[in-house]
Amino acid sequence: MTVFNESWEAVIGLEIHVQLATNSKLFSGASTNFGALPNTQACNIDLALPGVLPVLNEEVLKMAVKLGKALNANINSPTSFARKNYFYPDSPKGYQISQMDKPIVEDGFLDIELEDGTSKRIGVTRAHLEEDAGKSLHEDFEGQSGIDLNRAGTPLIEIVSEPDINSPEEAVAYLKSIHSIIRYLEISDGNMAEGSMRCDANVSVRKIGSDELGTRTETKNVNSFRFVEKAILYEIERQISEIESGNTITQETRLYDSQANTTRPMRTKEYANDYRYFPEPDLLPVVLEDKFIKETLEQMPEMPNEKKLRFVNEYELSEYDSSLLAADKDLANFFEEVTDESKSAKLSANWIMGELSAELNKDNLHILNSKISAKQLGQLIKRIEDSTISGKIAKDVFEKMWSSGDEVDAIIEKEGLQQVTDLSEIESMVDRVINENPDQLKQYLSGKDRLFGFFVGQVMKESQGKANPAQVNEILKEKLKE
Amino acid sequence: MKLHELSLKEQLTGLKEGSFSSTELTQHYLDRISNFDKDLNSFITVTEDSALNQAKESDKRYKSNKALPLDGIPIAHKDIFCTEDILTTCGSKMLSNFKAPYSSTVVSNLSSDGVVVLGKTNMDEFAMGSSNETSFFGPVKNPWNKEYVPGGSSGGSAACVSAQLASAATATDTGGSIRQPAALCGLTGIKPTYGRVSRYGMIAFASSLDQGGVLARSAEDSAILLESMSGYDPKDSTSLNEDVPNFLENLDSPIKGMKIGMPKEFFERDLPNHVESSTKEAIETYKDLGAEICEISLPNVDLSLPVYYIIAPAECSANLSRYDGVRYGYRCENPKDIEDLYMRTRKEGFGAEVKRRILIGTYALSAGYYDAYYLKAQKCRRLVANDFTEAFKSVDLILSPTTPDTSFKAGEKSDDPIEMYLQDIFTIPANLAGLPGISFPCGNHEGLPLGVQLVGDSLKEAQLFQAAHQFQKVTDWHKKLPEVK
Repeated sequence: MTVFNESWEAVIGLEIHVQLATNSKLFSGASTNFGALPNTQACNIDLALPGVLPVLNEEVLKMAVKLGKALNANINSPTSFARKNYFYPDSPKGYQISQMDKPIVEDGFLDIELEDGTSKRIGVTRAHLEEDAGKSLHEDFEGQSGIDLNRAGTPLIEIVSEPDINSPEEAVAYLKSIHSIIRYLEISDGNMAEGSMRCDANVSVRKIGSDELGTRTETKNVNSFRFVEKAILYEIERQISEIESGNTITQETRLYDSQANTTRPMRTKEYANDYRYFPEPDLLPVVLEDKFIKETLEQMPEMPNEKKLRFVNEYELSEYDSSLLAADKDLANFFEEVTDESKSAKLSANWIMGELSAELNKDNLHILNSKISAKQLGQLIKRIEDSTISGKIAKDVFEKMWSSGDEVDAIIEKEGLQQVTDLSEIESMVDRVINENPDQLKQYLSGKDRLFGFFVGQVMKESQGKANPAQVNEILKEKLKE
Repeated sequence: MKLHELSLKEQLTGLKEGSFSSTELTQHYLDRISNFDKDLNSFITVTEDSALNQAKESDKRYKSNKALPLDGIPIAHKDIFCTEDILTTCGSKMLSNFKAPYSSTVVSNLSSDGVVVLGKTNMDEFAMGSSNETSFFGPVKNPWNKEYVPGGSSGGSAACVSAQLASAATATDTGGSIRQPAALCGLTGIKPTYGRVSRYGMIAFASSLDQGGVLARSAEDSAILLESMSGYDPKDSTSLNEDVPNFLENLDSPIKGMKIGMPKEFFERDLPNHVESSTKEAIETYKDLGAEICEISLPNVDLSLPVYYIIAPAECSANLSRYDGVRYGYRCENPKDIEDLYMRTRKEGFGAEVKRRILIGTYALSAGYYDAYYLKAQKCRRLVANDFTEAFKSVDLILSPTTPDTSFKAGEKSDDPIEMYLQDIFTIPANLAGLPGISFPCGNHEGLPLGVQLVGDSLKEAQLFQAAHQFQKVTDWHKKLPEVK
């Protein structure tokens, strides 16, 4: 939990830029693929040659409408574009086409779940469409800068929250929730490392109980969930210590330095104060017909909250497990595939969130790149359910499957791991264990019931884990009565 | 009759009938350009070789009966239209080295109809000016009297057509830049409805006002050329998705019963006698043709000039931001850093009038001033447009002088921007309302032509052509041409 002084309250608003996964740019036909050679994906329009004009890529309208619905927001029609004026070499027109007065999405909210199980509603002020800038490359050219305009004109939607967030943890929960939504809607890959999702944090602090907002700073360049948490925490603590030492906070834009874990002010030249917004005369306001909105909303997939509720009802999972699984669409799909095979939702959920997640984390893999397929994991769980192997043996089998890629049954067969369910075989093992441990037997019989577990353990050890634990229990109980 | 004296329509007939070839016609104009344009300065670039090649191709098509609608007609393009691999300067030092890698839709449309391109015409820098004195490539002279200006910003297009150095020329009009030079050079010039002609590849000055059009010697010639230029273009989101009618179809229909309104606000102005009398004469001609003349009111029209000088500079301040010395065009020597690159490139690359308008526009859009200037101007613009909507409920066309006077001497107004801006007092309202307007000659005073303007309702270009053509059938002002020496 956040450690800042308890008489202070943080007020946080996030601006999240999401790159929309269109094939072509927001206002030109150039490709949006990531990683091409510099300036090979910049056409006349992206280069802002004299005389060129923007034409809206209508694919983004559908994406924005779906996002608006997921954020419980209004869709503005007509929605209109505006020019945001500033000079920077990676902004080739000298202005960015964005939205000001009539953003496509306005006035929504998102309920986020916090770690203590409570939920909180965060207001979403607006989400507007705009074009991305190019990139300035300062490293490769001595005394000069290179400009790569491949990214220039890539569609972005900027989601602006209300200042309803009060801690770094809430900020991350909100960000993760937005991430989950855009992945569900398949409007972006949400890859923060590649910059397809970027977060700026507006942070201010005030004394608890105060109605007035403190002076805020905007921290940019935060490119992972963890860094968002750290940057905000740093900024809160910096502001509190500034104020407590009698200084004031300057309203400014700051950059997060993840290596030093600090924020520092941007040079004033790095941003402009007056963007001189005005309506973009090259684009007419866009009217979204009711029919278009209706047809778009019909294509909405099941959203994280809906999925969570379904998991609770259909699979009888706990709320906690359901929301963990539903947060990631791919994880949720994986879970359903596993369950389909295993026929046991609870065990499937436990295995996915336990063993599988541990392996994935160790190898830093996403669920889509799991070395064990959903079907394979389902079969493994099926073998536990049908008592072919015990849960303990299953963990060994899982390890082997992970490293070899072999099928469950092949490993069980090859290693002879089938559970021993032959009663006579178990009986003889039980007899052996009792005979070999006369001291413990004496103690048990004199009333030390706790030693029952010792005998179970010894039998399991004798069977190399393969004995069916339920049967071992039953037989031991009978034999020890004698 | 000499080839350059023929109208565009007559030249088309001559080419079809084989009376002369496009090569002969093209060579004839190229010779005239080389003889007379050193003095007039109406061209920035003459594309002699490619023109002759195009003419040759055109002649082949005539021979094989595959002639295109405008095949072999030599025209000139205002240097604001991008032409692939040919210099497109917009009259500025900033683009003095700029060769576009693509052609504008207007250029492409005309080329696919077979025109021959003689070159690119001089203009006020970035189309900002009313006298063609702000061009980096030097002022253009009025062929009627070389001490006088040809008007602007399409001064080069007007001068070259008036001097018969091209059959016709493309032009653009943001506040009067086609109609005012048409009036000052004795030509017919049309600015169509906003969105009728694609702006793709036409270098932007004020996007919500800019519109491409034609300067030619008659309404008929203008109609022929405009039809080829016009049409919906998916590359221009403000282009109108409307069919282009046959502009020639109704030229010969009588205008009996057509209602023409005279805005009292225009005629209440203190006009010089010769302007008033020639306009009245034009009105008499229309009465004779059977039109009904009535007085109308455009109560908010006086707001036009101040509104225009907020909106146009505001848009231009953003449109011209791309000229930063980074990717193309002029770049200052040895910049210290990026700031220095921007500052010196723009300081050295732009002329005084362009800078003045960028500053006005930047100011008008600044935080704290936006509501008082830009927003208010937009509201007033709607008032002006509404006046026209109201007026067109009772009349078909609106008539006024095109300009407050005949041409003026070079240098006479160049130090007084306000006086210069007043040149467009009658033409700007049509740009604010997005309506089509045509100017054609209606008189001559002391050897300088005078023009009259008709403004029509949205998409009514055909009606403008018809009314102007009917006028030109009974008058010969448009046939008077300057003697070029």
